[in-house]
Amino acid sequence: MVDVTPADAVPPAEVAEMELYHPHSWWTKYVFSQDAKVIAVQYSATATAIGLVALMLSWLMRLQLGFPGTFDFITPEAYYQFITMHGMIMVIYLLTALFLGGFGNYLIPLMVGARDMVFPYVNMLSYWVYLLAVLVLVSSFFAPGGPTGAGWTLYPPQAITSGTPGGQDWGIILMLSSLILFIIGFTMGGLNYVVTVLQGRTRGMTLMRLPLTVWGIFTATVMALLAFPALFVACVMMLLDRLLGTSFFMPAIVEMGQQLQHNGGSPILFQHLFWFFGHPEVYIVALPAFGIVSDLISTHARKNIFGYRMMVWAIIAIGALSFVVWAHHMYVSGMNPYFGFFFATTTLIIAVPTAIKVYNWVLTLWRGDIHLTIPMLFALAFIVTFVNGGLTGLFLGNVVVDVPLSDTMFVVAHFHMVMGVAPILVIFGAIYHWYPKVTGRMLNETLGRFHFWVTFLGAYLIFFPMHYLGLMGIPRRYAELTDMNIMTESAHHLNSFISIMAFIVGFAQMVFLFNLIWSIRHGREAGGNPWRATTLEWQTPETPPAHGNFGKELPIVYRWAYDYSVPGAKEDFIPQNVPGSFGPSREPA
Amino acid sequence: MAETTLTHTSQLDRPPGWRGIAADWASDQRAFKNVSWGKAMMWIFLLSDTFIFGCFLLSYMTARISTRVPWPNPSEVFALRIGGSEIPLILIAIMTFVLISSSGTMAMAVNFGYRRDRRKTAILMLLTAALGATFVGMQAFEWTKLITEGVRPWGNPWGAAQFGSCFFMITGFHGTHVTIGVIFLIIVARKVWRGDFDVGRPGFFTSRRGRYENVEIMGLYWHFVDLVWVFIFAFFYLW
Repeated sequence: MVDVTPADAVPPAEVAEMELYHPHSWWTKYVFSQDAKVIAVQYSATATAIGLVALMLSWLMRLQLGFPGTFDFITPEAYYQFITMHGMIMVIYLLTALFLGGFGNYLIPLMVGARDMVFPYVNMLSYWVYLLAVLVLVSSFFAPGGPTGAGWTLYPPQAITSGTPGGQDWGIILMLSSLILFIIGFTMGGLNYVVTVLQGRTRGMTLMRLPLTVWGIFTATVMALLAFPALFVACVMMLLDRLLGTSFFMPAIVEMGQQLQHNGGSPILFQHLFWFFGHPEVYIVALPAFGIVSDLISTHARKNIFGYRMMVWAIIAIGALSFVVWAHHMYVSGMNPYFGFFFATTTLIIAVPTAIKVYNWVLTLWRGDIHLTIPMLFALAFIVTFVNGGLTGLFLGNVVVDVPLSDTMFVVAHFHMVMGVAPILVIFGAIYHWYPKVTGRMLNETLGRFHFWVTFLGAYLIFFPMHYLGLMGIPRRYAELTDMNIMTESAHHLNSFISIMAFIVGFAQMVFLFNLIWSIRHGREAGGNPWRATTLEWQTPETPPAHGNFGKELPIVYRWAYDYSVPGAKEDFIPQNVPGSFGPSREPA
Repeated sequence: MAETTLTHTSQLDRPPGWRGIAADWASDQRAFKNVSWGKAMMWIFLLSDTFIFGCFLLSYMTARISTRVPWPNPSEVFALRIGGSEIPLILIAIMTFVLISSSGTMAMAVNFGYRRDRRKTAILMLLTAALGATFVGMQAFEWTKLITEGVRPWGNPWGAAQFGSCFFMITGFHGTHVTIGVIFLIIVARKVWRGDFDVGRPGFFTSRRGRYENVEIMGLYWHFVDLVWVFIFAFFYLW
């Protein structure tokens, strides 16, 4: 027996244990499951499947850009459809769904010490509506006229005119309907994540003891609940423009010598609505990555995260600021130039909390006991990639620099580095980190290292040269560049090189998928806590965690999530549910 | 909604005012003490919905400010001919009165719900639903009148085409909210009437036991829809 000191006292339970739905059949256990962990796997699998479609679309685009004129089936219309669907799927149906629906569902209840999300039934509906949204999106590939080719930003008026693929066919209608469904589905899940974090924590788990993963996902979800409404409204209005002939976004316009029926609408209004959603969306994808990478670095460097509170406040500050920077996507739209001054200022201010986070990650590594495990490799790769992409963001955030660079490959390089590659690297790291908890087995190490090096170096070889192309003035979103004066021979060679790298990196993802499937049966047994981590999800009685997560008694939290290498402690980690009397804590007072 | 409060905040030692709020947020388990999961979820949903209506209304204002053709005069468009004279805004005044009255009956239903008066609660909820349905019915009448006068989403006889577009879209979206509210009011009223909340009968879909608090959560939604109407009324009919 150990004496429980007064320091170990925790407040009594305020809330009775939640009633869990106990499944009676295979269908309610694995298909129409109300268990957040099953829903998380469903979300992740669906997002990965649709993400593979987007990956293949990027190959088709690179075939055209790298070897123009070689592939007859890639018409300019098809190219625009590839580019549109690639962007939309990657940003919304893959990254948002995987971070919030996948990691959010799996990690939030486990990390805050809850049995499940607060409303499991609504949570289940969230997934099924998401799946419906994905199916509607996929159906547009088979609809007459094919999917929309309006670009992922769907700017009117071109999005619904006949010159754009899908503009006067089914493409744009299915795209907008799918987005509306996605938002409805996401809202049902998002409300669950927020309420679970705010109201469903276990005893002793204060907000300032939450792992940063939860902070990142939580803040991103709150942002999504406030940003998606703007996209919802924009989708509804454009759907009305397309179907009922209203003129919300459509000015008087002549198409093929014909005056269209529209009159007096404002395309800029759409841009404002879209980017009021679109810019927070960047951080909806980035904040969960920030949170997860903090935990990966701390765990695998065996050191407490540097400046935990600053990390939390930086997440909140970035979340808040991201709502007042949207028009930096619109410097060349024709809006009032004074806006540019305001939005450039707010944009550059975001660099401050972001820099705090980067410094804190580096300072966490400083003199840490760094284990170069695969999750750690991905975390390190994230830091350099994110810094790279973030610095080009400073270029594009300034009006005078942005105007000449706007709509060039420089922009493509920037946003792929900062919100494409960087979050995906974190997703990979997170999958290598938590796969043992989900399946009970480790992913294959050799295949994992191969996957990491090819993906990391390959992604650099794809996107770094694009900066040069952009500075040369090579525009983006052009299906055919061969006849342009600026498209020199060397630029063309660079393009071919980028394409070849894209195929190699894509191939490495197939190896990763193979690893995911192969290791379910053949991976090394992981045990309950293979990384010797402190957070609650590693302290479950069973691995993978059973329905209800924590056995008979919910864990009680006595310390923060980062008690690694505490001086005087027996082990180099002390889990959150170990009382203070068992060992000291470095939790900031 | 299945959880029961074990410790009441009044039993906890909490400083008053802002310091109390800070203490709650610094504490474990719950950031809002004595707020159930269902109520918290409804409040956050309403916050999100506020952004939807906010975007709709801002888009409408943008369209109205930036149009270069005259905007139809609401006092004339929304007038009814009663007894030989045009009375401006009479229908909308009645509609607003009906909807605001329904908020009153809703508040009474919540009150009787917490007194466990099944009969009165159910009747007041059904009365609220009836008033809501009346509102939607009058809205259908107003739409019909405008459509017969030639107002369409893509144009109207008096001026900017965006008048009809915004009107049908925003009142339609609000009317959908009222209709959904009416449906759920009837469902919850049935549960109250049957005594589900007294015997703790599990929900058909969720298999969770409901509580009388569900009436209040329903009320939050209803008052929100009512409040949104006040803004639509002000921006559409009075501007």
